[in-house]
Amino acid sequence: MGMMDFDFLDDVRRMNKRQLYYQVLNFGMIVSSALMIWKGLMVVTGSESPIVVVLSGSMEPAFYRGDLLFLTNYREEPIRVGEIVVFKIEGREIPIVHRVLKVHEKENGTVKFLTKGDNNSVDDRGLYAPGQLWLEKKEVVGRARGFVPYVGIVTILMNDYPKFKYAILACLGLFVLIHRE
Amino acid sequence: MNTALSRLNTIFAFTLSVMAGLTFLCFLSTFFNEHKADVAINTGKVIVKNVPDYSAGREKNDLGFVVFDLQTDILFLDCPWLLTTFLPQGIFNWNVKQLFLYLFAEYETEDHKLNQVVIWDKIIKRGENSVLDYKKANTKYYFWDFGNGLRSNKNVTLSLSWNVIPNAGTLPKIQGVGQHKIEFPSEYSPNRFQ
Repeated sequence: MGMMDFDFLDDVRRMNKRQLYYQVLNFGMIVSSALMIWKGLMVVTGSESPIVVVLSGSMEPAFYRGDLLFLTNYREEPIRVGEIVVFKIEGREIPIVHRVLKVHEKENGTVKFLTKGDNNSVDDRGLYAPGQLWLEKKEVVGRARGFVPYVGIVTILMNDYPKFKYAILACLGLFVLIHRE
Repeated sequence: MNTALSRLNTIFAFTLSVMAGLTFLCFLSTFFNEHKADVAINTGKVIVKNVPDYSAGREKNDLGFVVFDLQTDILFLDCPWLLTTFLPQGIFNWNVKQLFLYLFAEYETEDHKLNQVVIWDKIIKRGENSVLDYKKANTKYYFWDFGNGLRSNKNVTLSLSWNVIPNAGTLPKIQGVGQHKIEFPSEYSPNRFQ
């Protein structure tokens, strides 16, 4: 153990100032490009969170915990029955992924709709804000367009075990800073 | 750098990229499938009542009652686009995990230009019987209108659609070919239990 620690520091010690700056800048590059990709996706898809991880089993057997969904939220795309929408209820932090069960759309485009999870036996009125009967467009975060299984399981682990999250972040950060090409 | 750890790391990274590549190819191979099928829908007697909807504000709304027949076989789920000639037809293709089928009514009322209400749905998982043949089936969900727009509504269309859930890929929503029009009577049925 002691040997390894010594190795780490040795690597850093052997760098000169330029190399050290370079490493720090490199680290900054990684963080900022990740941010750019995320924000770019937001622009392209029109959704405030273009990739979501399924956190509950209410859409089983279609989606399980840890599956990844790609969302779009184009304004001109109408909301129709059978579609899987992701919505955020007032007073609830975590968005919900459920299927549209009923749609009532007016001439001027305002739409009221009701959702239900495939694995739930009743519709979502019990999940909505107290007294709320219908969802509206402003509560929609996106509609599910693409699906990849399992990939989000790391996120679930990190959510369930915050210590694990910090450990991973610390390791990655250290690795990028210390590692020499 | 030939430590066990670095070898493990390489193997892990390589496995991951191979799996990602294969998943992407799997998605590509079925991306152009149409998933179309014919559907036969029929209805028996249709009635409408005007009763308070306790799940939504206690106001009196129109509630339709429909008994329906439904026939379709999901043999349409063609093989991956490229391999149609090599594999037998009529199976869930390799990139279909499940189908979510739903029967919905679509109609226009005075205050709403478009109404869609799901009245029945079914999940067919891979490997399950994919032939549907229902006679005189009851709806799974109540057919509530938003207001009083069902009575003497002569243009209510029933259609079956399905949402294809892949192993990995897009989530297409396909409407079956074949609809059925129902006409609601111009009188409410008496408010008794059926």
